[in-house]
Amino acid sequence: MNRQSFRSPLARAIGLGSAKSGERHWLAERVTAVALVPLMLWFVASIIAHAGSDYTAFIAWLRTPLVAGGMILLLIALFHHTALGLQVVIEDYVHSGARFAAVIAIQLCCYGLAVVGIIAILRIALRS
Amino acid sequence: MDIETTAPATKAHRPRPLSPNIQIYRPQLTSVLSIANRITGVILSIGAVGLVIWLSAAAAGPEPYATVQQVIGSWVGLVILFGFTFAFFLHLCGGIRHLVWDTVHGFELRSIYISGWSVVAASVVLTFAAWAAGLSIGGGL
Repeated sequence: MNRQSFRSPLARAIGLGSAKSGERHWLAERVTAVALVPLMLWFVASIIAHAGSDYTAFIAWLRTPLVAGGMILLLIALFHHTALGLQVVIEDYVHSGARFAAVIAIQLCCYGLAVVGIIAILRIALRS
Repeated sequence: MDIETTAPATKAHRPRPLSPNIQIYRPQLTSVLSIANRITGVILSIGAVGLVIWLSAAAAGPEPYATVQQVIGSWVGLVILFGFTFAFFLHLCGGIRHLVWDTVHGFELRSIYISGWSVVAASVVLTFAAWAAGLSIGGGL
């Protein structure tokens, strides 16, 4: 017998899961989703419009301030949304001690990739 | 750890009855779309990595960009891109359905099936429309 089995279910639940910080996670997933709807539709439509373009024409489009800014916003929203979503997937299916490490790894990969993408956009936009 | 309750350590431990799990139930539109939204989300995460590779190649210069474009333009590349397109539209439409649910609308069984089939139909139509537009602008395969 264990002393903790005398604790009430409420006492054990307080401070865990959605009782702690789930609401902010939930809201951030929605905010990034709302941002991604117009950004991704714009991006997909633009890629379709450039289906026949060569490298020069594509770069000329990508380096305009509006497009470069839109792409940076897209990368931020996309990888934030990805990090939040993959975290939930890991938390639902990984029950071993690897869970915490996997969540950290996903966060690092997502924000790292976002930075790599943003640097690529800046290199194109700021090239003289 | 401290959230686990310890069961009495009896030798003949009888397993407690469990509620039916996912593999017991017949797949329905609601459950299939629910898991599809998650699966497409994971697939699109891989697509996001591809997006960064593609942008980095474009930043690196015409030769690396041409190499990446060649990979995308191959048969395998185009099939994968088609898969990503469908996954994107399914996740987009499914996501919009979720955002509507977040406003506490459309929870009647009839509405759920109408919105569910709308998501499937819209995803298929948008995928083929996007590829038709892309191929006509790009001048075929």
